[in-house]
Amino acid sequence: MTKFLIRRTLQAILVLFLVTVFTLALVHLFPGGPIRSLLGPRATAQQVAHYNQLYGFDQPFYIQYFKWVGQILHGNLGFSAKLNQSVTSLIAQDLPKTVILVVLGTVVSLVFGIPLGLYQAVRRYTAGDYVLTGVSFLGYATPTFFVGLLLVEWFSIDVHLFPPFAPQGQTVGSILSQPRALILPVLAYSFVLYALWSRYMRSSVMDNLVQDYVRTARAKGASERRVLWVHIFRNSLVAIVTLLGLSLPTLVAGAIFIEVVFNYPGMGLAFYNAALQVDYQVLLGFTLIATLATIVGNLLADIGYAVLDPRVRYN
Amino acid sequence: MAIIPGSGDRVETGTALLPEAPPGAVDTAAPASKPHGLLRRGWEVFAENKLALVSLGVIVFMVLFCFVGPHIYHTDQVHTNLSQTLCPPGGQHLLGCDNLGYDQVGRLMVGGQTSLEVGVAAAIVAVLIGTLYGAFSGFIGGPVDSFLMRIVDAGLSIPYIMVIVILSVVFRPSPLVMIFIIAVFYWLGVARLVRGETLSLRTREYVQAVKVVGGGSTRAIVRHIVPNAIGTIIVQGTFAVADSIIILAGLGFLGLGVQAPATDWGNMLSGGLQYIQSGTNYWWLIYPAGLAIIITCIAFNFIGDALRDAFETRLQRR
Repeated sequence: MTKFLIRRTLQAILVLFLVTVFTLALVHLFPGGPIRSLLGPRATAQQVAHYNQLYGFDQPFYIQYFKWVGQILHGNLGFSAKLNQSVTSLIAQDLPKTVILVVLGTVVSLVFGIPLGLYQAVRRYTAGDYVLTGVSFLGYATPTFFVGLLLVEWFSIDVHLFPPFAPQGQTVGSILSQPRALILPVLAYSFVLYALWSRYMRSSVMDNLVQDYVRTARAKGASERRVLWVHIFRNSLVAIVTLLGLSLPTLVAGAIFIEVVFNYPGMGLAFYNAALQVDYQVLLGFTLIATLATIVGNLLADIGYAVLDPRVRYN
Repeated sequence: MAIIPGSGDRVETGTALLPEAPPGAVDTAAPASKPHGLLRRGWEVFAENKLALVSLGVIVFMVLFCFVGPHIYHTDQVHTNLSQTLCPPGGQHLLGCDNLGYDQVGRLMVGGQTSLEVGVAAAIVAVLIGTLYGAFSGFIGGPVDSFLMRIVDAGLSIPYIMVIVILSVVFRPSPLVMIFIIAVFYWLGVARLVRGETLSLRTREYVQAVKVVGGGSTRAIVRHIVPNAIGTIIVQGTFAVADSIIILAGLGFLGLGVQAPATDWGNMLSGGLQYIQSGTNYWWLIYPAGLAIIITCIAFNFIGDALRDAFETRLQRR
């Protein structure tokens, strides 16, 4: 187990190194370089050269890289010239709000996805299973933002039930104080995730149903209910926990689209605005943070999987 | 939007860590000795699947609608016409007009051309790159394979939507650029999958035999590994089309996709957002384009599923 942990952590560190190199390289892709995109097309060549020198963009890539990593380790993710605010403070301001959306949406999708996936596996190839399979196919084929649009069309235009905008405000408190406005964004966010979990739960339970340990449990006289809930359900849940750790890129993507559709003031909306204004420091800082979270999520998922499933460790 | 490369049933939970499949399951995957016979049997299984046939019909219809349609149903999709802004459906304009006065049916056709072209092309590019990379990495093995796979891990750790958004800010998105922006992300998942397949294929006698008779690794990969992994590759390619169309729609929706007067299905929806949030019921701005995306993507997903069944059944029958 220790060996596994060390190997897996070393892998994560190598991935981390590669990711930071990729991310910094992205900056140099901006048309005319990062400074040109900041100063705009009318800046003179001298001005660009001056700022390139000031920010160290004239130095070799590897020196830039080490300086940049050094800054990150000191908690400095850069400064948004367009917003006149440090990227760190921007994240501190927006991240909690995005976390609310992501956590609520994920919980709602799990609450529906896990039991319904289980139901589908147990009652496989029945009418109920086919209907729910249809629903999850819909989930795969429907872009998140379109789910948001539909909910707005149905529940705030056709029927005036909920506001078409997400809660507004700077603080977490102001978001939570408008629960009615939160309902549509959370529902839209959870629909696609629901498809993911339920589909996965269904195939995971079906895999487990034919395992030897299930036959053993039945042979020992365990009731069907006990076999399902104690043996199969718990083993399938392990897979879902792992999947959760690996799904961060999907969660991030969902958050960006939902925040744009509902004008929800979180990191996704800030990232989108930064993209429209070519605010590269924000783009870079946000990408880095989301990537770090993904790497840690993957690492935890793998370790969790190894802890929960002994077969993996001795591989 | 569930676009983990290979989502749903296609989700991999840390594939590298999962226990190896039991040897019996691997042995059934015998070499493709007679590819024609296999394809025919695969087609027979596919054809038994009514849903897949209907889906194939839907795709054919969509292609005809988008590419032949404009020759029958003439509309001006280049010049805006502000006198018919947001006109409701009926009479001259079957599905009404958008905020710039473009006829919505004609817009669906033009947008569909972009969506289908970019979706299919991006899928092909991604699958080609991913297949070669994955097969090479898995075939070489050892530390090189390890390093190549860490590059894939690194790429997959960056939330794809962020990379894609940044890339479309950097490059002025034309359809050609969009193809590469989507493929740059999507090949990673394919590479991982094909590499896994290669790992089991390269130990087979007939691949080993290539070495014995003095064939190079290129020959082993191109002539033996890739043809035997073709089932996985085609299935993945089909899903890739659906996913690419959704990614393109997402970018179009954010206004970062192809630029006006060109459009795609996602781009058509971004106009709809502003107008329905104003509180008026402009339903024709969102339903047609949204349904076009959903129907096309479901069709590709169904076809992918049926293809997987076709290839797997082929394996089971042996």
